[in-house]
Amino acid sequence: MTAEEIAQVVSLCRARAGLRVAPDKSYLIESRLGPVARREGYDSIGDLLLAVRAKREDPLIWAVVEAMAGGETAFFRDRVPFQNFRDEMVPNLLRSRGKAPLRVWSAACGTGQEIFSLSMLVGELVEADPGLRIELAASDLSRLALERAQSGLFNQFEVQRGLPIRLLARHFEKDGEQWQLSNDVRDRVRWRRINLIAGLRQIGRFDIVFCRYVLGHMTDDAQRKVLEDLTCVVPPDGFLVLGAKETLAGLGETFQPVVGRAGLYRRNPEYQEAAA
Amino acid sequence: MKTCLVVDDSRVIRKVARRILEDIGYEVAEAADGVEGLAWCRAAMPDAILLDWNMPVMTGIEFLRKLRGEPGGDAPVVVFCTVENDLAHIREALDAGANEYIMKPFDGDIVTGKLIEAGL
Repeated sequence: MTAEEIAQVVSLCRARAGLRVAPDKSYLIESRLGPVARREGYDSIGDLLLAVRAKREDPLIWAVVEAMAGGETAFFRDRVPFQNFRDEMVPNLLRSRGKAPLRVWSAACGTGQEIFSLSMLVGELVEADPGLRIELAASDLSRLALERAQSGLFNQFEVQRGLPIRLLARHFEKDGEQWQLSNDVRDRVRWRRINLIAGLRQIGRFDIVFCRYVLGHMTDDAQRKVLEDLTCVVPPDGFLVLGAKETLAGLGETFQPVVGRAGLYRRNPEYQEAAA
Repeated sequence: MKTCLVVDDSRVIRKVARRILEDIGYEVAEAADGVEGLAWCRAAMPDAILLDWNMPVMTGIEFLRKLRGEPGGDAPVVVFCTVENDLAHIREALDAGANEYIMKPFDGDIVTGKLIEAGL
């Protein structure tokens, strides 16, 4: 790829989705955009980007940006947040909420491993307490990722990343070389395409937001905007879950870490006052 | 140091598994079939066992059933590591007392993750 082509991709991703694409990682850009060029009928990435410049058509632009957005994921990634979800976040919120449904959102859900891990846990919680109401929502920027997630189909490699074998045996059926997740785990999840920088104030309240390994791929400005918007999404007694090694250092005072719980955050009451 | 016994009739697989396990701090012993594996366990029960299914002399599932009946044989974490990748085999392994199950081909991340999931 030429320096101009790389600059074009970097600038599109930043403008449309707040994504930070490193210009020195041309191999990454090529590995992501090669399949897009083939799918859209272009001979090369160069031809694809030429068409993007010439036509300025939204679907083509989004095909490029969405392909750059995905990251790797795994079932029960980091493990601890899922234990915290079951043992702390949910019981904590149930105490203050009574019987009102809890709403959980997996932001940037990718191919769905995170929300399906949560859905399996929720299934167990509901089994133990049939009155329990927990609503699960998942969103991603990428339509392709959402389609894949909604299919509930995973390959053998994916079902061996973080998924205990007992849960595979319980919730999956083999379908050719693929593994098909059961309907009851899938049906608990509502799906939506959401661009995190397009404004989150209209999406309603979510008591627990998993927003992991996504902010780190965004520009500082985009991260600040997402965090500010999330203060309108997460209620004062709710939780924001980031990746185990992610911090909000230098990104303002919107949320503060729960001491002793890596990646777990709550609203900063002082920030709320400052805004009010 | 934790110990892991690799029971597999393929020398190549044993070598690959040994490298992965030593990298994450295990002391590794090798056996080429279930009978050899049992002899190892009777001499010194390992913390973990990576177990192939199809082997001459004694298969992995036969080994596992015998092991779980031995004194101290309920202690090791047993992770199957086999080309058998259907639910019937997985359920049979779990019923026989396997803790985890890897479908070949595998890599270091899968072995490490499965050992952690099995509690090690």
